[in-house]
Amino acid sequence: MIAHGIPDAQVEVRDYTGGGDHFEALVVSPSFEGKGLIERHQLVYKALGDAMRVQVHALTLKTLTPAQYQNRR
Amino acid sequence: MADIIEKIESAVKENKIMIFMKGNRSFPQCGFSAATVAIFDEIGEPYATADVLSDPELRDAIKQYSNWPTIPQVYIDGKFVGGCDIIREMHESGELEPLVKAAVGASAQQ
Repeated sequence: MIAHGIPDAQVEVRDYTGGGDHFEALVVSPSFEGKGLIERHQLVYKALGDAMRVQVHALTLKTLTPAQYQNRR
Repeated sequence: MADIIEKIESAVKENKIMIFMKGNRSFPQCGFSAATVAIFDEIGEPYATADVLSDPELRDAIKQYSNWPTIPQVYIDGKFVGGCDIIREMHESGELEPLVKAAVGASAQQ
């Protein structure tokens, strides 16, 4: 779903309670380049749309550009 | 609706550090709110909180005000800075504390 709304995004999602409403997501996308954290998270929230309001109770987000992701490893 | 937006605006103007959260600083009602106030307690500058659980109108309005779907929301010097993940990331990278101190320090000099 996130991958749908953000072009070229690599997404890793973990359901950390198994209940389908608490998630942790790592999103790596070149479209984050030059954007602050607020803008990046807003892109992800936008991609999730209504699901964010209705289905998801908790979402921990990490948003990186491909270069930042490489540096982390 | 207009009234509540005015209330939010004056809250973020009057308080250099304003946190909209679930519960209050002594009894946070959500892990993310708890983690956020814990970081500000560690920094040790004064901050104000508002409990969105006791005010459903505020809970909806704050999300529209910032165009941000989740709680907690942190405002420093009247500006929306982020939710729990962003605050945590800024705290770890060392960006948060100077921002907080600058905001609080500027008001102390006035």
